[in-house]
Amino acid sequence: MSKRLLIIVSIIMISSMVLAACGAKPYECTDKIGCVTVGPTDPVHIAYAMVINGPDATLGIDSRNGAEIAIADKGGKVLDHAIKFDGEDDGCSAEGGQAAGTKLAADPTIVAILGTSCSSALRVAMPLWSTAGFTVISASNTAVDLTEAGNENNYPGYLRTAHNDKVQGAAAAQFAYNFLGFKKAATIHDGSIYADGLQKVFADEFTKLGGTITARESVDPLQVSMSGVLTTIASGTPEIIYHPIFIAAGTQLILQTWKTPGLENTVEMGADGMFSPDVMKGAGDAVEGVYVSSPDFTKFGADYTAKFLPAYQAAYGSVPVSIFHAHAYDAMNMVLACVEKVTVKDSDGTLHIPRQGLRDCMYATKDFKGLTGNLTCTPTGDCADPKIAVFEYHAGEYPPTKVWP
Amino acid sequence: MLKRWRQTLTLTDVMVYAIGVIIGIAIVYGTLRTWQKAEYTPEQWINLTIDGLKLGSIYALIALGYTLVYGILRMINFAHGEVFMAGPFTAVFLAMYLDEIGFYNAQPIISLLLITLLSATVSVTVALLLEKLAYRRLRYAPRLVPLITAIGASFFLQYTFRGFYGADVETYPNLDILKGTLTFGPITIPKADLLVIVSGFLLMLLLYGIVQHTKIGKAMRSVSEDKEVAALMGIDVDRIIQFTFGLGGASAGIAGILYAIIYQNVQAFMGFIPGLKAFTAAVLGGIGNVVGAWLGGTLLGLLESLGPNLFLSGLGVPAANQLKDGIAFAILVFILIFRPSGILGERLSKTKA
Repeated sequence: MSKRLLIIVSIIMISSMVLAACGAKPYECTDKIGCVTVGPTDPVHIAYAMVINGPDATLGIDSRNGAEIAIADKGGKVLDHAIKFDGEDDGCSAEGGQAAGTKLAADPTIVAILGTSCSSALRVAMPLWSTAGFTVISASNTAVDLTEAGNENNYPGYLRTAHNDKVQGAAAAQFAYNFLGFKKAATIHDGSIYADGLQKVFADEFTKLGGTITARESVDPLQVSMSGVLTTIASGTPEIIYHPIFIAAGTQLILQTWKTPGLENTVEMGADGMFSPDVMKGAGDAVEGVYVSSPDFTKFGADYTAKFLPAYQAAYGSVPVSIFHAHAYDAMNMVLACVEKVTVKDSDGTLHIPRQGLRDCMYATKDFKGLTGNLTCTPTGDCADPKIAVFEYHAGEYPPTKVWP
Repeated sequence: MLKRWRQTLTLTDVMVYAIGVIIGIAIVYGTLRTWQKAEYTPEQWINLTIDGLKLGSIYALIALGYTLVYGILRMINFAHGEVFMAGPFTAVFLAMYLDEIGFYNAQPIISLLLITLLSATVSVTVALLLEKLAYRRLRYAPRLVPLITAIGASFFLQYTFRGFYGADVETYPNLDILKGTLTFGPITIPKADLLVIVSGFLLMLLLYGIVQHTKIGKAMRSVSEDKEVAALMGIDVDRIIQFTFGLGGASAGIAGILYAIIYQNVQAFMGFIPGLKAFTAAVLGGIGNVVGAWLGGTLLGLLESLGPNLFLSGLGVPAANQLKDGIAFAILVFILIFRPSGILGERLSKTKA
């Protein structure tokens, strides 16, 4: 009896081993920084880190909306798995970046992160995410150093669909010098890396074109009395003041410049941080004639007005509340396209997503047809096809009207 | 004489005086150089002065709240900046409503009175609640305890109001009657600025009158001298302290509306920096002294506004305006070295100090 049992057991064991050897080999992860395994019924987890509260909330919410529309266009699925899209508030600050960075870095199910909204948040979060093996793609970080080869803030795994401030600052200088014909400019920044970086690029380009920078001043982000700074600037009699700062101090500058003796006719210009209905609200009639640079929506692909904007209106009941929604849409699509390309799928539906493979695929993106243009990524992660335009505010009208190019 | 000096003078004193003298020389030298270069027009100097005066008037009105409370309780109410924020941040919603229904510019004076009344009421309420909930039980605690409580209360109020009204910047609508300028000889002054400067001065006079010439003012002064004895004389100390907090709150609420008239934008954290500056102004003028608070506020406003262009640009300091607060506070140090009790401060007796 026991002998027969032994034989049966042996036969079963041997045959099962033979059968297993004939069947699919179990997936072995050879990726040098590991793989994400997604069970047959689990969703693919893509997280966001964007500013969704506080005075800059419109920036992050707008990007999140753009990414959600990209997911909806895919029917909410990639490789027949649902897409889980949740995240953290980056606070548009280093502190917020630290908190969101730590929290997301602890979640191994995350494949990729869309974010951050602000460059200052990314600087502290990216070291954590880079080590965790995530692919990170931002729709609105524009600081120069993040994608500069050899810079300590350029980390592996980071890409962006937003334009580099090198492009925006230079475009502003060309507009002021070539289009407006101005020879003397002054700049104001607010100590943030964004504003300081932009004013540097602007000043360099403006000087290179042959212009003179009469003053480079700074204000606090919440400063209200600007007369000291403006009087100092007035002594150099600039024709244009370039202040690529944020809304609170920016509106005070707009309100007070034209009241300062010597600056009554000086032109003012901001950057994309001041492209917001809140500027209209805060500055009232004084906003007339203020210029801002921003991505050029009129150059976006035909799908932008034909499909994207109606979808946005239908889903969120308004026109886009900020300017990086289309960049976020493209970023999400790039991630999903690469996930589809590099993932190994088992017969039972289990997904294996190699982390380095995903990064390599993203960096190799070439001629990706997005809403914001044809995206091609550089080895340091600049993927934008930047088209910058200058817009002019008119009192009581939003959005501002395009004047250049 | 010399002998007595040699006996009392320490090395620290010498160094302190030396620093004072260096600051003094730097200011005089910088100013002379600036005048020589004649970089700015007289019109620009007038503009900076007006700007300093209006900023100073607001500091002064907030400083009155610090000074009154300090005068009576010997405590520094660090949450006073938030009392200043609470009023205008609430009244902005009334102003926006009035603007929406077209009442704001149709009846500008009534509107202005209404929003001022609302702002003052909210600020007074917050000040009274602070006193009752946060400070009253700590009245006889060591002095550090209410100070720490005040800092906590300050954060509590900032985030509570942010929770109430949101983190956005809210904007007061334009008042047409305050647009435009008035000209007096060579001086052209915006109407709004004139309103702020004049009402700041008048309010200071009113408070001075209340403290010096009314019965309740007399009671305030006696509570300030000695709480126990005042109580023995039949003065309701609690009521007087409440009245003082209320008075400080009202002046902060009105200061808030004046702030809103010139800068238009209000938000939950707007009180913190002006609060600190106003505290400095109160110390500069002589804390506990109503006229001193006004003088200190005005002086601080003028220093901040004129300072960078007057002395620093003459000294060749780059981006001088970044140092405007540095100048204001360096001057504060300078004045306190030579007059530790502030410009109009009395020498405190031991029991009061």
